[in-house]
Amino acid sequence: MNNHILRISLALLIGIIIPGLAMAAGPDLGQTAKQSTNWVAIAMFGGFVAITLFITKWAASKTRSAADFYTAGGGITGFQNGLAIAGDYMSAASFLGISGLVYVSGFDGLIFSIGWLVGWPVITFLMAERLRNLGKFTFADVASYRFAQTPTRIFAAAGSLVVVAFYMIAQMVGAGQLIKVLFGLEYQFAVMIVGVLMMCYVLFGGMTATTWVQIIKACMLLTGATFMALAVLYQFHFSPEALFTKAVEVHSKHGAIMAPGGLIKDPVSAISVGMALMFGTAGLPHILMRFFTVPSAREARKSVGWATTWIGYFYILTFIIGFGAIVLVSTDPNYLAVKMVDGKQVFDAAGAPLYDGLKGGGNMAAIHLANAVGGNVFLGFISAVAFATILAVVAGLTLSGASAVSHDLYATVFKKGMADSATELRVSKITTICLGIVAVILGIAFEKENVAYMVMLAFAIACSANFPILFMSVLWKDCTTRGAVAGGVVGLVSSVGLTIVSASVWEAVLHNPKGSALFPYSSPALFSMTAAFLTIYLVSKFDNSKQAQLERSLFPAQKVRSETGLGAVKSSGH
Amino acid sequence: MINDVAARVEANPKYHKLVSIRSRYSIIMTICIMVVYYGYILLIAFNKEWLGTKLGEGMTTSVGIPLGVGVIVTTIILTNIYVRRANTEFDELNNQIIKEANQK
Repeated sequence: MNNHILRISLALLIGIIIPGLAMAAGPDLGQTAKQSTNWVAIAMFGGFVAITLFITKWAASKTRSAADFYTAGGGITGFQNGLAIAGDYMSAASFLGISGLVYVSGFDGLIFSIGWLVGWPVITFLMAERLRNLGKFTFADVASYRFAQTPTRIFAAAGSLVVVAFYMIAQMVGAGQLIKVLFGLEYQFAVMIVGVLMMCYVLFGGMTATTWVQIIKACMLLTGATFMALAVLYQFHFSPEALFTKAVEVHSKHGAIMAPGGLIKDPVSAISVGMALMFGTAGLPHILMRFFTVPSAREARKSVGWATTWIGYFYILTFIIGFGAIVLVSTDPNYLAVKMVDGKQVFDAAGAPLYDGLKGGGNMAAIHLANAVGGNVFLGFISAVAFATILAVVAGLTLSGASAVSHDLYATVFKKGMADSATELRVSKITTICLGIVAVILGIAFEKENVAYMVMLAFAIACSANFPILFMSVLWKDCTTRGAVAGGVVGLVSSVGLTIVSASVWEAVLHNPKGSALFPYSSPALFSMTAAFLTIYLVSKFDNSKQAQLERSLFPAQKVRSETGLGAVKSSGH
Repeated sequence: MINDVAARVEANPKYHKLVSIRSRYSIIMTICIMVVYYGYILLIAFNKEWLGTKLGEGMTTSVGIPLGVGVIVTTIILTNIYVRRANTEFDELNNQIIKEANQK
């Protein structure tokens, strides 16, 4: 039956791509951002899709139970999981966005990439082994281990879904815009292709297919980025000093690209954004879920070790790529957008054309550099990698959203843990389809909206709602259900509320006058996360109910399991 | 039955030794990474000029770049040091504890 559905969705996919290409191949007059159809890129991407669908078919034959669907039966090794985590985490935003930021302002890009990395040691030192020892399928398993199931699960599932929703909208809109530029496809078709492919992976191949899509993507991205960085350094005899000297010479800001610029405005924002990135990573449901795919705490630790290594290495590469683009792309008129005023090209006094930024926008620095160092074929490869990157991230998000609904809400809250594996699996597949459709609709609905704040909001919610509950329930013996849920609600409401009244939403999205935002900082994390921890502490302290006493008495046994792995779920190989 | 074993683990002094060594170790490592990261961030917030100073006479590379790359490399190294120690020394102690609890 699965094969039948697979064939139908493939036909559906082809049905979407072909008219998309036909439209794309026509003359594009209106939008400047849309590029002519890139057939090499499409062929490379087609190759990626063919391989991953083949893997999905193989994974489908291994996905029989709910455990297979959520965690690939727990049979992924630490090294594989490390790559998959890296593939889940290194989004197109971090690849194209950070190299684009380096291209525009140099040093500031480095500050950003450091922020995206420092969450990983925190996960390693405090969470990874305990998560693996206590959990089964979702992070709610861990948070609700000794608590009243219904309230904790409902809250944890809500926290997961809200984070997934914001992260997903940002990814879908980014995907549509990017694919429009890279492949010359229409925005709506691009979003639909992402939606259909992601549904195929998750629906038929569950965690096994998702893991392999993420591993393949991580390998492609790391290989492509390594090649680009080496090609840039080769031109400067592997001397970063020579590269920087040339970059300072040709960049319009000159020496300023070697020093911190306007990214960090005030110390409070700096600390607050830092906290959102550092602790938010430890509260992202799609990342936490990956820890249940390995057979033991030992492998869980190995996976974060590898993931941190790959992600850190990748961020160093993006820095070199950004500087390479300054030197090789900004000096070549082929990659620059002609400056237009009132629809007419502008020339300088000597009659030479003036340029205004990159063709296709600021995020195209790495893409143009690919063309500059490796020609059209490598450009096609990097474009295909960027598309694959989005797919791997959205597949991980969909899977974690589906598991929050089917495992936490349906099987545990609604069926009180009495659901059989087959029914649970069916519910998670239905949820996957619903989430896929919702993601496509939201992606299309938000096309023209400013979604820049959404990823930061997802991190702020993850660090203010999910992380405090997880941290306190595992490590603090006096934490109770009431405390955890109250603190989580405070964290969720305050992080969303403060983001709405901050400049990034109040002024940029709701179009209120500049300077009218009530909350002056770039991220609410410092306040909302502190409020969540304080609430958990105070409410738990004053909670003297029978339930609270029971929960406290269960702590020593939970601690034995979280520290030693005694009684932890073993991998369920066939 | 698991509860009996868990009770025996709790009674084993080695278990308390493991938990206290490992907790202290992970807290120290967490503090290290926070000092490194927030130190760097506060340096950016309060002393942008110093980070922009050239590394040497006639050079272009500024102090902030090797420091920033240093933060990335430190993150990778600290993480892997922890993983190595936890997967050898701590895991060995852990296995002993579980073995002893299952024997009795």
